[in-house]
Amino acid sequence: MQLTQSSVGRKIIMAVTGIVLVGFVCVHLLGNSSMFVGADAINAYAQKLHSLGPFVWVFRLVMLVAFALHIVFGIQLTLENKAATPEANVQVKRLKTGFGAETMIVSGLVMLAFVIYHLLHFTVQVPGMGVYEMNEATNMVNVYTMVVAGFKSVLTVIIYLAGMFFLFLHVSHGFQSLFQTLGLSNDKSLPVTGMVSKLVGFVLLLGYIAIPLSIVFGCIKL
Amino acid sequence: MKLKLHVWRQNGPNDQGKLETIDAPSVSPDQSFLEMLDDVNQTLALEGKDVIAFDHDCREGICGMCSQVINGVPHGGQDRTTVCQLHMRKFKDGDEIFIEPWKARAFPVIKDLVVDRNGLEKIMQAGGYTSCHTGGVADGNALPIGKPVADYSMDAAECIGCGACVASCPNSSAMLYTGAKVAQLAVLPQGKIEAAKRVMAMTEAAKENGFGNCSNHYECQASCPKGVDVKFISKLNREYMKALVK
Amino acid sequence: MILDGKCPTGPIETSWDRHRFESKLVNPSNKRKYKVLCVGTGLAGGAAAASLGELGYQVEAFCYQDSARRAHSIAAQGGINAAKNYPNDGDSVYRLFYDTIKGGDFRAREADVWRLAQVSNNIIDQCVAQGVPFARDYAGYLDNRSFGGAQVSRTFYARGQTGQQLLLGAYSALSRQVKAGTVKLHERREMLDLVVVDGVAKGITCRNMVNGDIESHWGDAVILATGGYVNVFYLSTNAMGCSVTAAWKAARKGAYMANPCYTQIHPTCIPQHGDQQSKLTLMSESLRNDGRCWVPKKTEDCEKPAGEIADDDRDYYLERKYPSFGNLAPRDIASRAAKEQCDDERGVGPGKRGVYLDFADSIKRLSEDTIRERYGNLFEMYEKITDENAYKQPMRIYPAPHYSMGGLWVDYNCMSNVPGLFVLGEANFSVHGANRLGASALMQGLADGYFVIPYTIANYLVTVKPGEVKADHEAFKASADAVKADIDKLLSINGTKTPSEFHRELGKIMWEKVGMARSDESLKEALKLIPALRDEFWKNVKVVGTNEQFNQELENAGRLADFFEFAEILAKDALNREESCGGHFRTEHQTNDGEAMRNDEDFCYVAAWEFKGAGVEPELHKEPLKFDNVKLAVRSYK
Repeated sequence: MQLTQSSVGRKIIMAVTGIVLVGFVCVHLLGNSSMFVGADAINAYAQKLHSLGPFVWVFRLVMLVAFALHIVFGIQLTLENKAATPEANVQVKRLKTGFGAETMIVSGLVMLAFVIYHLLHFTVQVPGMGVYEMNEATNMVNVYTMVVAGFKSVLTVIIYLAGMFFLFLHVSHGFQSLFQTLGLSNDKSLPVTGMVSKLVGFVLLLGYIAIPLSIVFGCIKL
Repeated sequence: MKLKLHVWRQNGPNDQGKLETIDAPSVSPDQSFLEMLDDVNQTLALEGKDVIAFDHDCREGICGMCSQVINGVPHGGQDRTTVCQLHMRKFKDGDEIFIEPWKARAFPVIKDLVVDRNGLEKIMQAGGYTSCHTGGVADGNALPIGKPVADYSMDAAECIGCGACVASCPNSSAMLYTGAKVAQLAVLPQGKIEAAKRVMAMTEAAKENGFGNCSNHYECQASCPKGVDVKFISKLNREYMKALVK
Repeated sequence: MILDGKCPTGPIETSWDRHRFESKLVNPSNKRKYKVLCVGTGLAGGAAAASLGELGYQVEAFCYQDSARRAHSIAAQGGINAAKNYPNDGDSVYRLFYDTIKGGDFRAREADVWRLAQVSNNIIDQCVAQGVPFARDYAGYLDNRSFGGAQVSRTFYARGQTGQQLLLGAYSALSRQVKAGTVKLHERREMLDLVVVDGVAKGITCRNMVNGDIESHWGDAVILATGGYVNVFYLSTNAMGCSVTAAWKAARKGAYMANPCYTQIHPTCIPQHGDQQSKLTLMSESLRNDGRCWVPKKTEDCEKPAGEIADDDRDYYLERKYPSFGNLAPRDIASRAAKEQCDDERGVGPGKRGVYLDFADSIKRLSEDTIRERYGNLFEMYEKITDENAYKQPMRIYPAPHYSMGGLWVDYNCMSNVPGLFVLGEANFSVHGANRLGASALMQGLADGYFVIPYTIANYLVTVKPGEVKADHEAFKASADAVKADIDKLLSINGTKTPSEFHRELGKIMWEKVGMARSDESLKEALKLIPALRDEFWKNVKVVGTNEQFNQELENAGRLADFFEFAEILAKDALNREESCGGHFRTEHQTNDGEAMRNDEDFCYVAAWEFKGAGVEPELHKEPLKFDNVKLAVRSYK
């Protein structure tokens, strides 16, 4: 009860689910990077994941729970914070916080929308959203083709670039935030985790946008 | 110096409130900010107008009574400086200055720049103490406390309870205020005994009294006139987790 | 009338223990039937309310600030004395007792001071138990430093914020009792009358400062812990809200005001910079350990920057006059010396009311870093206020009113001559005599609140029936009506001068005629000027706004009205006391080289004044002081 209702308890949930999510994002980037190795690599990677069977579903469940908790409590805490704050002063000057920290709810909600789009696009593979070419041997969609063809559309590229920008904003504040919330920071570590946080966000941004941009600029092609 | 002031005027918590422009025609750079307001009030009073209400008392930066958002920053944004220690030499001739009250749901406006900070009292009453009796305590030297620990505790104890942390927080959270008290007592042997109960009760009181949740903007430390560090919020979180598993 | 302090007789070493044993007790189940009102929540009031609440009494506490934590005790910097003898340097209860009596220039009661010295040790223990982060050494034990007027290190401290930390300790104890339901807090309330029924204190009338409601509160006993009155000088180191009002309302209802002329002028404050200044800021006395006080020898040098004045042209006046104590002469002496130099037209800075406190030699001797380590925060504060870098040029300082040793008269039980009215801390007159030593004010406040009143109040309470008089008694209505009438009168005058203008004028009279040095002539002038200004005030003050709102102009006007009546008593007391002692210096009574000359033959008594109405001659009551344990001697710091 304390954990799910109190101010600090829910923040702890936010931090722990945040670790799961940022961990996933990092691993996902590593997996995606096999795009640069070639079609066989990414397809083999996809096939390996699929072959894990029930573990895939356990993994998906964990992710879903973490994601849901992060979203639900994020929205709830934000609504409470808004309720605690009346109409702002006419003049407001912030000394320390940044754009990322102030827009966590916005970047969070955009991420939610993006993730839904992304799942429909690449996981559920809604017909018409992309090019889903079946590989007879593995009974799986050719992932490489799907990705490269997908980023032929300018709109899709823009959506992905925008999504990754919001991921950067979100992580650049969220990463250091989790250390503070889990009681792991002090006056010496805080400036360091602040820097690391921006760095992690930036690396994720670069890593993720490298794929669509490489496709756009023809470094990766069919 | 000649200044143009935009001062928040509000007659009670339910009044709409608005900025009123008032001229301060002859300001000396050696005056403190509050003395400048005294002068303005003197003129208003002689004209038979309602004077600007503002909280102040010790005027040496320790009582925590003064509470004004100046040009968008609680206490005016000078490093480790309360409004009463802010001097007019920090402003230039012809400046326009916005003077507004602490804004937070937990701090209803009483009049103009005066707000009701009773919520902070409630947090304190929830557990900001050791439950020792008057008399019958051990000798002061019975429990040695290492100098680093005593210094850490003192750093936290510097809080003057002005509420700038709440006013500067985008979430109107009182976590720095609460964290400072929790941390001060949690590291001392006298305070450790009730640490778990205290952190639970005080954070709960903050919520109940309408303060927001901390989302690590660190605005509080930046505007704190005593420079109380946000590491004490981290310490509070740590204490909270310890209490959870107890 | 000869007053009796009802001090215990017999050996002083056991006086407090015997008194405690002989004191009456209230049965635990009866305690909750008694209601005690406590006005003021500083060290004395906060500690008293918390301790009495814990004992089981119903306590209601009042303060004019928005939080009990903001009482002006919070501003004390230096430290708190206790006879712990932790440094093994020969301290003892007896030595603390002796130093305090001597420091007070032999004008305090022996028994009260003994009790203070005895319980001083308990205070430290109590504060440590509350989590007050006192300074510690590397072994983890409490650290001490030395302070003026003592040859031992007995001062406990918490950085430069000792008062704040002790007050937060008391406030935390108070908060605990509020939570427990034994204490009810009334913030933003100003006490505007003491309700006396058949000569006994039965409650107070106060104004709710938020909405102007006039409230009646009944209690079986009333405790005033409302601090000092040096804001009568207008510019002082006290907080803006500090006033004599609560004490004066009690005086108007028959409580005697004792030794009002004993006011402490602190030597090291930042000088006044202009006419709009609202208060003066104290710089810790500790600065005089490494700073040298000087003024130019020649008047024409006063305009020059300090750096251009050759060493030979500087007058290190404290070192010249008091070679053995030098710059560490006690407060009263250092203050007067600074004033003398400025009166001799050798003051420096704006208005020529300032002397230099120079660290150049210490910086040369010890390095700037050492000085920064010792006093960095003070130098920073100085720079904030004056925009001058005291590492590069000398500080300018000047004395300022700081503390009032006088106050309402109380007996050994801290009860005034009005039964049921108790007075604690700076508001009473009891332990500091004519001069207070550094780090003793905090000690007294907490001693009274934690360790004296919880015992002594029972002696009185057992004599009254709990709840005999409640707020429906006609005396409460009469009091509320009188308070309303006063407020209406202030609001209706609608003259041409604001309260702050009047306050400045009163302050000027008090500072110039009744300040650091007083003479028969200046006091008689003051006694003409004060009533004249008071009359003008009641004809020409302009108080804007209404009672039914948050109205700081009205608050100030009310406080000022009380200062006007009180100022006259202060001047009368100073005129009556034909001697110089401690903070009270009469120019007629000095030795050939300008030192204070006491007159033990005729003035070894407490002067307690009974107010009989504005403009009516007050009646003087005397309580003779007897010294059985300490020999009366002349203080010398040469």
